[in-house]
Amino acid sequence: MSFDEKGTWIYAVLVVVVPGAYGVAILGQAGNTPVAQIDYVPMMLTAIGVTIVLAIVAHILVAIGSPKEADKRDERDTSIDRHGELVGSYVLYVGVLIALGLVMARAEYFWIAHAIFVAFVLSGLTTSAVKIVAYRRGF
Amino acid sequence: MAKPTRVTNDIRRLRFANGEMTQAELADRVGVTRQTIIAIERGRYSPSLEMAFQIAWAFKAPLDDVFQYPDSQAEPRDQGATL
Repeated sequence: MSFDEKGTWIYAVLVVVVPGAYGVAILGQAGNTPVAQIDYVPMMLTAIGVTIVLAIVAHILVAIGSPKEADKRDERDTSIDRHGELVGSYVLYVGVLIALGLVMARAEYFWIAHAIFVAFVLSGLTTSAVKIVAYRRGF
Repeated sequence: MAKPTRVTNDIRRLRFANGEMTQAELADRVGVTRQTIIAIERGRYSPSLEMAFQIAWAFKAPLDDVFQYPDSQAEPRDQGATL
């Protein structure tokens, strides 16, 4: 498995686990509190920060584990990366349109923020999934 | 799932014909990862023209000794000269 593929797997796991934990925490509050009163900002910022920090730490650990392959990237890695990012961007566009619709409908900030957050998460997940399929099945 | 590329190759045979060159050695000569050489050998990745030439040079062989494209093999090689 190439260095880039390992990074893709790590990101795929992180983008499921961390926002998943955040989602469980938020849903726990949403059951008995009106969404406008949920203080989601610190938790959302924490989830974003934890994802970024863990991705960096995991990247460093993988590089330490196989220093010869660290940051070795060739044209196949670049092509697969572009392909994954392109497909992921379509998901992001849809999420942004939904968020825009919520703004125009004067929805609660809670829903607008979460539409954008979910768009980022699904975009990252799609990007990772497309890249993993390309690595495993061919590109 | 359909094969992602119709380009076929003789890299595996050529590696063994060239002193049993390993995938890692070929990867080092071409400047790519070993995983990319494996993907090309298995028909899971079609390399760029530049990488294809670099692989051919590593074997000191002409490009079409290393890579083949099924449809083009049926056509006469000097077709361009007859036009």
